[in-house]
Amino acid sequence: MDTQVNKLAFDSGWAYAPAPESTDHVTIDDEYGLFIGGKFVAPAEGGYFDTVNPATEETLSRVATATGEDIDLAVAAARKAYKGAWSKMRPAERGKYIFRIARILQERAREFAAIESLDGGKPIRESRDIDIPLAAAHFFYYAGWADKLEYAFPGRTPAPLGVAGQIIPWNFPLLMLAWKIAPALACGNTVVLKPAETTPLTALKFAEVVRDAGLPPGVVNIVTGAGDTGAAIVNHEDVDKIAFTGSTGVGRMIMKAVAGTGKHYTLELGGKAANIIFEDAALDEAVEGIVNGIFFNQGHVCCAGSRLLVQESVADDVIRKLRDRMETLIVGDPMDKNTDVGAINSKEQLGRIESYLKLGVEEGAQMYQSSCSVPTKGYWCRPTLFTGVSQSNRIVQEEIFGPVLAVQTFRTMEEGLSKANNTPYGLSGGIWTDKGAKIFKMTQGVRAGVIWANTFNKFDPTSPFGGYKESGVGREGGLHGLGAYLKLEA
Amino acid sequence: MSLAAVPASNALPDMSRVTRVDEVGVNERVARFQTRSIKTSSKVDALKMILSMIDLTTLEGQDTPGKVRQLCQKAMHLHDSMPGLPHVAAVCVYPTMVGVAKKALGNRGINVASVATAFPSGMSSRQIKLEETRMAVGEGADEIDMVISRGAFLQGEYGFVCDEIAAIKDACGDAHLKVILETGELGTLDRVRRASVLAMHAGADFIKTSTGKIQPAATLPVTYVMLQAIRDFHHETGRMIGMKPAGGISNSKLAVHYLVMLRETLGTAWMTPDWYRFGASSLANDVLMQLQKQATGRYQSADYFSKD
Repeated sequence: MDTQVNKLAFDSGWAYAPAPESTDHVTIDDEYGLFIGGKFVAPAEGGYFDTVNPATEETLSRVATATGEDIDLAVAAARKAYKGAWSKMRPAERGKYIFRIARILQERAREFAAIESLDGGKPIRESRDIDIPLAAAHFFYYAGWADKLEYAFPGRTPAPLGVAGQIIPWNFPLLMLAWKIAPALACGNTVVLKPAETTPLTALKFAEVVRDAGLPPGVVNIVTGAGDTGAAIVNHEDVDKIAFTGSTGVGRMIMKAVAGTGKHYTLELGGKAANIIFEDAALDEAVEGIVNGIFFNQGHVCCAGSRLLVQESVADDVIRKLRDRMETLIVGDPMDKNTDVGAINSKEQLGRIESYLKLGVEEGAQMYQSSCSVPTKGYWCRPTLFTGVSQSNRIVQEEIFGPVLAVQTFRTMEEGLSKANNTPYGLSGGIWTDKGAKIFKMTQGVRAGVIWANTFNKFDPTSPFGGYKESGVGREGGLHGLGAYLKLEA
Repeated sequence: MSLAAVPASNALPDMSRVTRVDEVGVNERVARFQTRSIKTSSKVDALKMILSMIDLTTLEGQDTPGKVRQLCQKAMHLHDSMPGLPHVAAVCVYPTMVGVAKKALGNRGINVASVATAFPSGMSSRQIKLEETRMAVGEGADEIDMVISRGAFLQGEYGFVCDEIAAIKDACGDAHLKVILETGELGTLDRVRRASVLAMHAGADFIKTSTGKIQPAATLPVTYVMLQAIRDFHHETGRMIGMKPAGGISNSKLAVHYLVMLRETLGTAWMTPDWYRFGASSLANDVLMQLQKQATGRYQSADYFSKD
């Protein structure tokens, strides 16, 4: 397949000059404490750790490590705020605060977008056009529900749960924060949220938004740190609900830890989604969807379409088109407005991805990577696809969480369906066909929480999101997401 | 300009194999091209490239030899106060004006393109269309811009359309054939894709969106679908086919996005006047104004640029 005839050339001639996003409007402090009870405080004994720009390996800021004592303080502040102002406030008033947060996020969108890209390595185009607008949209959406909970659940008496402990991942830092905090606040809960240790900055900046919006102290607390900090939240006696997004491994630990404690929980975990292309699909647009499905955010997406199942009669065409399209992806400086694929989020993650690349080759698969050059500093992985793989390969079974696509073929609809479902995960899926009937049949058969037809990675606050099997428990977004932060008494 | 002419063929391609087009997906992809930020040196390079790809066009019933000569002057001297500018690729006129244009342009390397085949409707007999094509070629036209019979195409008479294109191609001799699909009358992107395949198989050297007489004329989504068809045809046959969006491209920013789309769909081999053209009348001055602005940092009044 490497001797493709009539190859197109994308690497010579007219090229795009650098178009860097300005960072003049961005201020990042040298050091951040923990945001507890409405103000930044120094950590008790955890000290500080660096947060690094993965595109340059430069340190952006130093961030506190919260330990047990800090978590006690944070949960106590949240409890006090819950018992005090927040749960007694008229719901319409509560909604006003959340609307205010949404508006401030919109006003400061450029700043948040820049920080998200600096701290996490994602292209500025994505943080500017997707992450930040969607985060604001979540606050707008749930703000509207705050005084309408009785109508959302007719015949029930909705009541808040209390203090929610929320632990979010590094792939969509502010957006995941919005998914967690917006419904929690709308339902009258208070929160202790821990951002991921590699991407804490937008959450800490969000603390400024909370303060500027005038929320009562303690309603939102932001604590930083790594796994131990998260464990301290999960194991804290006075937390009523745990909401976690992250790996299936950690999800299992959380489920064990909360078992028998009476704590509510929602877990949004890993995925290994299949994009299924039928021969009658609009192939060029399907290829575009595959590319967005796996290379969006460097493949650091739990619902990424990391497996491609393509009907055998069009497999060669699809792979050729895919390779051509991969050649046109611009990999590099996340702050450049033309960058399509940014930096891998951390050194550790790059190591994990590279070990899978090695494994794929050892398993006998053919690896193809786009020929782009990548910067010498920072953490980078070229867009990659594997062909000649089968269900028994680990690169087909396990979540890589990087820009790596495994391509398989199928002959019949049944075979496609069976391969798509033959995974411990079930978060998302994609169906590509021109036939409506096929879409209905496939979407009923694929066991996954969200299935897109002739598109991929479309998000909206009104739509629930969550997994089957090892992809998680519970739903976020939409009415389902609201119910996850309420006691619904009859 | 030397182009390797494509042979004519009236063998009908297998239309059932033509891939489908999803309009929503096309619009999303096109929106991505428009988010590309083209600055500084790449902008200047793009603007100059656009000038060199323009088919400077006048297709009016009121055209006169004087008007055509004036346009030819513009084609040769875009804006002499700015040194280092390219000339346009071609001047595009009605058949009766070919001789005038040919004489005015002399041996400057600027082609004369003539519309033919009962432009813009195409509503005439095969015989008349062939005669008109021969006449334009006889007057010295280097390129023929024909229109397809949209009525026949929409009725599913692909064989008729294919034969007609192949016959016109034969009548062109050494002149290059651009086949105008008039996409504004085709209704769906699926039909645009099919018409593109048909035209390329029948012997088109270029495929072209529009006459400019029907709205909508060229759009980014339509042009994108045609570029995809060219790419697949190139893969199957090894032959490069040129692309000409025409009508409705009147400002530099939009034209730059057309180039971005070209680059990311067909690659850099197509980024020459041999393989890509803009059919436009008012685009050149806007590009000149942008170039002036890049050089001086200021916009000049439109009165500093000749209107022809």
